[in-house]
Amino acid sequence: MVEFLAQTGLNALYAASYLSLIAVGLVLIFGVMRVINFAHGELYMAGAYCVVALYAQGRAPFLAAVAAGAVFVGLLGLLMERALFRPLRDNPLGGLVASIGFLMILQAAAAMGFGVRMQNIPPASQEVLVIADRVRLALPRLWVIIAAAVLLSALWLFLKRTRFGWALRASAQDREAAALQGISIDRTARVAMFIGAALAGIAGALTAPMVSVNPNMGHSVIISAFIIIIVGGIGSLEGAVIAAFAYAFVHTFVATFADAVIADIVGLLLMLAVLIVRPTGLMGTRDRA
Amino acid sequence: MRRALFWLALAAVLIALPQGLSLSQQEMLVFLTINILLVASYRLLTLTGEWSLAHVVIMGVGAYASALYAAHFAVPVPVSMLLGAATAAGVALLLSYPLFRMKGFYFLIGSFAAGEIIRLLWRRFREPFGGPRGLTRIEPMPSFDLGVWHFDFFLPASYYYLVLAVVAVSLWTLWRIEKSPVGLTFHAVHWQDSLAQAAGVNVRAWRTLAFVIASGFAGLCGALGAHYLGTANPQAFGVEQMVFVLTWAIVGGTATFHGPILGCIALTVLNDVVLRGLGLEQARPMAYGLVLILAVLFLPKGLEDLLARALRRLRGAGARTEPAP
Repeated sequence: MVEFLAQTGLNALYAASYLSLIAVGLVLIFGVMRVINFAHGELYMAGAYCVVALYAQGRAPFLAAVAAGAVFVGLLGLLMERALFRPLRDNPLGGLVASIGFLMILQAAAAMGFGVRMQNIPPASQEVLVIADRVRLALPRLWVIIAAAVLLSALWLFLKRTRFGWALRASAQDREAAALQGISIDRTARVAMFIGAALAGIAGALTAPMVSVNPNMGHSVIISAFIIIIVGGIGSLEGAVIAAFAYAFVHTFVATFADAVIADIVGLLLMLAVLIVRPTGLMGTRDRA
Repeated sequence: MRRALFWLALAAVLIALPQGLSLSQQEMLVFLTINILLVASYRLLTLTGEWSLAHVVIMGVGAYASALYAAHFAVPVPVSMLLGAATAAGVALLLSYPLFRMKGFYFLIGSFAAGEIIRLLWRRFREPFGGPRGLTRIEPMPSFDLGVWHFDFFLPASYYYLVLAVVAVSLWTLWRIEKSPVGLTFHAVHWQDSLAQAAGVNVRAWRTLAFVIASGFAGLCGALGAHYLGTANPQAFGVEQMVFVLTWAIVGGTATFHGPILGCIALTVLNDVVLRGLGLEQARPMAYGLVLILAVLFLPKGLEDLLARALRRLRGAGARTEPAP
């Protein structure tokens, strides 16, 4: 029983890792752009398809494919910033609809380029870390956990310790005041979009061999990401990480002991409960409705 | 006089419309008519300033409820449709207690969560909802005779007339609501939230009222669709469909009553007639997404604004050609 719990805990840790990468990107984009990026799940999907194209079909090394995926999806983020969110800066509802339009384009592009069927990707590594007799962790999953820890720490240092990170947080707090201090809003927006999108791309690329890669794979991910950013408090990066862990553990354990649909319902109820009791989320400071 | 002529001409066109169309086009027309009511009811909700993402699921509640009443309690189909609409309104009333503690973006996401929970319940409970495959063999509308006319509701043209009548009456009702003091209060709740509250308007109660009325009509749409299709399943009321409703409303423009209807017709024609006609099956969502982006970028006030400007230009031109007295 202890081993079973430990194994489920490891599975939850893995889920929390990639979910926090996605949710933190979404929060970063929302903070600076003031737009809910509905296409975030499709950015994750685009990252996974980079691995399909370069690693599964192109025979490139797995980690090179992941890096290329991060850059490619980051560039997609820049494209969204320039073409959609900048012209629609004063129209949050318009930004949301534009991101839905972008989502449809990305899904159709994936379906046309690779077909709608599930992609078959060889595992990046066959090695399994044996912690105890029935507690095992496949090496690719460990990579996801390590990548999340390293990337999120780096992001945290960047935001808290560098001048540009300060500027970025300042423009997330109050765009006009930041602009008055001489901070270029366009520049912080570009950087936030690139980092936010690239994080989703990395999550998609790293998990590609372990999930079913298809054009609609972003859908379930975006729902989880929404739950996480609401529970964590919209606009709070720390909150997103904490909520990602809370959600992943609750979801994984309920899915293991009951079933997956019940786990989804529990996750959504959790979000509704937070919305009712504390609409600003765990770490949110003020109402940004 | 001119106005009466306009409505008469419109009625004549709508009644004649199915004659020249193929069977599949008639079927499309049935769903287009239902969707017009769906998006018009959605606008009533947006009048109070809140954008729900649960509207299509609420429509599904109407579909499931009506189908289940007809199957298990042997309720005649027309009555079960009305009961389905009432059930949708009731579910909306229940949901309004948690949901209207939130506003703006939180309401958007909260309504999304509530809708997904309902959808997951349909999927999870095989009894009575039929699980992932949903309900099948839903009781069809019984055919009936009206003097010389015989309506067999398996035929899309006949069903279109039924739907047209129901939708016309519903749209008229929605229009009357909007133009009544109730509708004016909805506007006040949206644009002058604090002022309305200070003037003694119970903002939350009015939001709830708009939500319940809109949901009732959405439920009616669901019931109309379900008894025609004969099936109702969780996938039919998913986020994708909600995105369509949202885009109809936004591309059409929500400032006027006819805006969302215009958006619904234009985008449906674009998606189902033009793009399908061009044979771009897989590229269809891509073209649709592109149109969506172009519409929000270059038509921020929606198609209704384009129409208004065209009409104004037409009238301006007409005025100039008239001989000076």
